[in-house]
Amino acid sequence: MIPVLLLRNGGLVKTTRFGAAAYVGDPLNAVRIFNNFRADELVLLDVDATREGRTIPLEVVRSLSEEARMPISFGGGIGTIEQIRSIIAAGAERVVLGSAALERPSFVAEAASTFGSSTIVVCMDVRREVFGRYRVTHLNGTKRTDHGPADFGKRMEECGAGELIVQSVDRDGTMSGYDLELVEAVSRSVTIPVVALGGAGSVDDMRKAHESSHASAVAAGSMFVFHGSRRGVLISYPDPRTLANPGRSGGD
Amino acid sequence: MSSSASHAITIVDCGTGNLHSLQRQLRNSHADTTVTKDPASVRSATKLVLPGVGHFGTAMERMRATGMVEAIREAVLERGVPVLGVCLGMQLMARKSAEGDCEGLGLVDAEVVRFSVKDSLRYKVPHVGWNRIRVRRQSRLFDGIAEDAEFYFVHSFHFAAVDEAIAVGDSRYDYEFTSAIEHGNIFGIQAHPEKSHDAGSKLLENFVGL
Repeated sequence: MIPVLLLRNGGLVKTTRFGAAAYVGDPLNAVRIFNNFRADELVLLDVDATREGRTIPLEVVRSLSEEARMPISFGGGIGTIEQIRSIIAAGAERVVLGSAALERPSFVAEAASTFGSSTIVVCMDVRREVFGRYRVTHLNGTKRTDHGPADFGKRMEECGAGELIVQSVDRDGTMSGYDLELVEAVSRSVTIPVVALGGAGSVDDMRKAHESSHASAVAAGSMFVFHGSRRGVLISYPDPRTLANPGRSGGD
Repeated sequence: MSSSASHAITIVDCGTGNLHSLQRQLRNSHADTTVTKDPASVRSATKLVLPGVGHFGTAMERMRATGMVEAIREAVLERGVPVLGVCLGMQLMARKSAEGDCEGLGLVDAEVVRFSVKDSLRYKVPHVGWNRIRVRRQSRLFDGIAEDAEFYFVHSFHFAAVDEAIAVGDSRYDYEFTSAIEHGNIFGIQAHPEKSHDAGSKLLENFVGL
């Protein structure tokens, strides 16, 4: 179970369908809380970086990595080998590529051959269109592309990506369950790990994504930061024993 | 040897890895850490750590170009300096790897191969996540660590053709593979102890306390 934290103006926010954002707290404090919960790992994305033409601030990477006793993957505006080098040097285990992977698949190949596939994660933001067709989008879901998620996933695997985060824009923040069809389509098209994101509202949703859609791991935002029907902010982390397969442990 | 000298650890910077969290966790275990790219510091080191992230071929190329390969071999094989390889760092100690198809440091008799899983829907590669390490025999590295403790893994390649005398622990991912080694002054773990909560901290503490 992987909490995904969204960074905006130095604080953490949680969006709904990539739109309205609620402030959910201080990132360093959140990392400390997830340490205490013995969270499996964290993903931290700077949601404004690409649009503002910058990358996730190195001081943020440095301070959160120092604090974390579990792996953190960082993303947001990453588009050059040197940027990856400095983000890793600042303490990231892995980097998450978004727009750059869509625009320049050759960059994914170069990054994987420099840093190893295991270091390179590609996150695809997928929208379902009117007639049920899925399309990968970018720039926070505002620009659609002609890529179907299964084909795009396959392409990223061929370029050397070590993992795919498949995010449903339509389910983001809704806590109405993962888009299982989407997750399964991508899982079946690749041999690299697929992480489901977007829509998780319960451990049961996570179990379904893992067992029926073959997600290697399950990630969520709202489920870890909101509490109750009025969505009060309270960071929590379910007891891993409530999931049949704890986190995404590879063992049996 | 004074206790401060025995707690001095030289971390070899292979150019691509993430050294911060490892360094921090070693410091939490009261180690006095130095990070270096300079073979001269390795020649005078009393304890070495080869860290973790990156590409085998790229890392070896960098270390060969700077003379680091000979410095490490001399420290470990001739002076008997204790060395801990973490993740890629453990793989670098092998004779050769399929990643970049090149020779390694040759500190132990083993090869590094890519995962070859049969059930590719269930067992995706890289192997990412928490998994157990089954310790096969008495181990100084795993001393005091619970048998069912899990460690955090991120890797596509693993040790193979390992001499029985060297392997100390294995893990299961579709099939069993060697995930930890221990032989004389040479130690290695395929997982990331610096990111493995309490069990990882204990393992690093054990190495620092050797």
